[in-house]
Amino acid sequence: MAIREVALGGLTREQLLEMHYQMALIRRFEDKAAEEYSLGRIGGFLHLYIGQEASGMGIISTLRPEDYVVSSYREHGHAILKGMEPRAVMAELLGKATGCSKGKGGSMHMYSAEHNLIGGQAIVGAQLAIATGLGFAIQYQRENRVAVSLFGDGAVDEGAFHESLNLAALWKLPVVFVCENNQYSMGMAVTKAWSVSSLEPRAAAYGIPYAKVDGMDVLAVREAMLEAVERAREGHGPTLVESNTYRFRGHSQADPAYYRTREEEALWRTGKDPITLFETRLKEEGLISDEIIAEHAQKANEVVEDAAKFAEESPDPDPDSLYEDVMVDPRGAIAWRTKEGSPRD
Amino acid sequence: MRTITYRDALREAIREEMRRDERVYILGEDIAGYGGTYAVTKGLFEEFGEKRVKDTPLAEEIIIGTAIGSALGGLRPIAELMTMNFSLLASDLLVNSAAKFRYMFGGQPHIPMVVRMPAGGGAQRGAQHSQFFESWYAHIPGLKVVMPATPYDAKGMLKSAIRDDDPVLFIEHELLYSVKGEVPDEGEEYTVPLDRGEIKREGRDVTLVTFSRMLHICQQAAEELAKDGIEAEVLDLRSIRPIDLDLILDSVRKTNRVVVAEEGWKYYGTGQGIAALIYEHAFDYLDAPIGHVTGKDVPMPYAKPLEKAALPTHADVIAAVKAIVPARAVAAGAR
Repeated sequence: MAIREVALGGLTREQLLEMHYQMALIRRFEDKAAEEYSLGRIGGFLHLYIGQEASGMGIISTLRPEDYVVSSYREHGHAILKGMEPRAVMAELLGKATGCSKGKGGSMHMYSAEHNLIGGQAIVGAQLAIATGLGFAIQYQRENRVAVSLFGDGAVDEGAFHESLNLAALWKLPVVFVCENNQYSMGMAVTKAWSVSSLEPRAAAYGIPYAKVDGMDVLAVREAMLEAVERAREGHGPTLVESNTYRFRGHSQADPAYYRTREEEALWRTGKDPITLFETRLKEEGLISDEIIAEHAQKANEVVEDAAKFAEESPDPDPDSLYEDVMVDPRGAIAWRTKEGSPRD
Repeated sequence: MRTITYRDALREAIREEMRRDERVYILGEDIAGYGGTYAVTKGLFEEFGEKRVKDTPLAEEIIIGTAIGSALGGLRPIAELMTMNFSLLASDLLVNSAAKFRYMFGGQPHIPMVVRMPAGGGAQRGAQHSQFFESWYAHIPGLKVVMPATPYDAKGMLKSAIRDDDPVLFIEHELLYSVKGEVPDEGEEYTVPLDRGEIKREGRDVTLVTFSRMLHICQQAAEELAKDGIEAEVLDLRSIRPIDLDLILDSVRKTNRVVVAEEGWKYYGTGQGIAALIYEHAFDYLDAPIGHVTGKDVPMPYAKPLEKAALPTHADVIAAVKAIVPARAVAAGAR
């Protein structure tokens, strides 16, 4: 049996290169999504994950397929990293029948039962409450899995944060609460919204472990998460992880980001780009070359172009699907009659 | 058949379904050690233990969050909210999560969840503890909203709700818990559907459409009206969403006159919704405008005489009926 040589951070070179590729993929995906949006093919809101790739990659690389991820409305990257097909995600962005949510969800509502991606949640804070409930189901059924809640700094300000962490701590639920702190809840700087400068005292308030990590360093995020996930898996309860990151784009594609300076943006973009930082690290260790980086970029581009082509060529949802899937009950949620059909007819 | 209380009927339904299905569990404030604020869950902790009878902190949002998340994770939760008044603290998750996930996630998840909660006034609980919000929730596609009025229906519908794969809001009434009625012996299996009303009293002159505790007030009114030769048909909707419109329309075609009676506020509520459906689907069969008996349009006052004045009575129902059933119609009907 061949021994898989650990190259860096407990990972083999193959694993590290795969992580690099995945990060390149989700960035390219978001660039393409921005392009599709500007062409008018994507409607509504579009919240891009560009700049936060190391955070998502580090987090999700510690999970198994059966583990749950409950995310926010900035979830395209999480969805793909959790294993969802870029085609299904892009088709959902374009509102097509082939989208993961059959075109009824859109950018903020990716979901995959198969990959245990329990939504893009567009009510800030809901992902903490839902993950807590999933954690209870895991504990109740003695399953070997964990639930991870991914939220931004804005969710910390919601009441659901308190109720969720308290209950998860009280019942020792297998949940990892990860704040991907990108410094702004829409235009509100975290320094203006939090009464404390980090989440450490908040974790202490519930008597749960806390880890603060540089969210631009994929290996650091992974290390912190490994410990938190292990703790949850072993039945020792929740952890609050704060991953400090930065979104390179505005809150949504409609946001020119007047609330922050161009200097601040440049500082993060040039000095702390998570993909560049990872490449530098891998180069230092002699694990990646410019050729491989170019190969990854090309492959990511091909996958994303294929996803976009698939989405563009996919059919719109059938108008008859309007009333489908309101509930399991096939009569839908509508007040109904047996004799002459439902009033909706 | 035995005669038991509405409270005992609910407890039997929960107990039978928990015995039947390991995935069913209950959670809420003071449901274990305390036995439930209205003693519905008394004794269940002793039988099923800490794992399946979960006392929660005073935190409605996470009670419902836990219910929804655990339903997504394979369980069948029954959440008890101490009263419907407090459901507003969890209303976001009910409206934006429970009611939306299946649709907005393309039919992938389902949420087999029951939320039990008492509503209504009449016990001098004041403005913040005496309300009905059923119409707010019944407005939302993706939710089922049921309001049984008798012990028989309470047990049968709660069992159906627990077995249902969609989120069901199960609205009780504080003053119904001690009401007694006939229920089949324990172990004698029956369920009542979540989408069917029932004619509780047949009549030819006027249709009384009602639900929850107002059923009993309407039945009382119907007895008195009968003494004056007016035969009222009493429809218990039992379910607000979906609503059994055929039952209503068939009765309207027979009686040609309707009074809708409810405890809640008048404007933009359940009764007006029902009246609109009748006007839409059976306008030609109506011989008079639809009467509407409701609670008064004020926050619920505390003082007993004021509270009494705010709640609809059987006298209000009788007056509403007599306002649209002229003497000649009664005479003709009596011929």
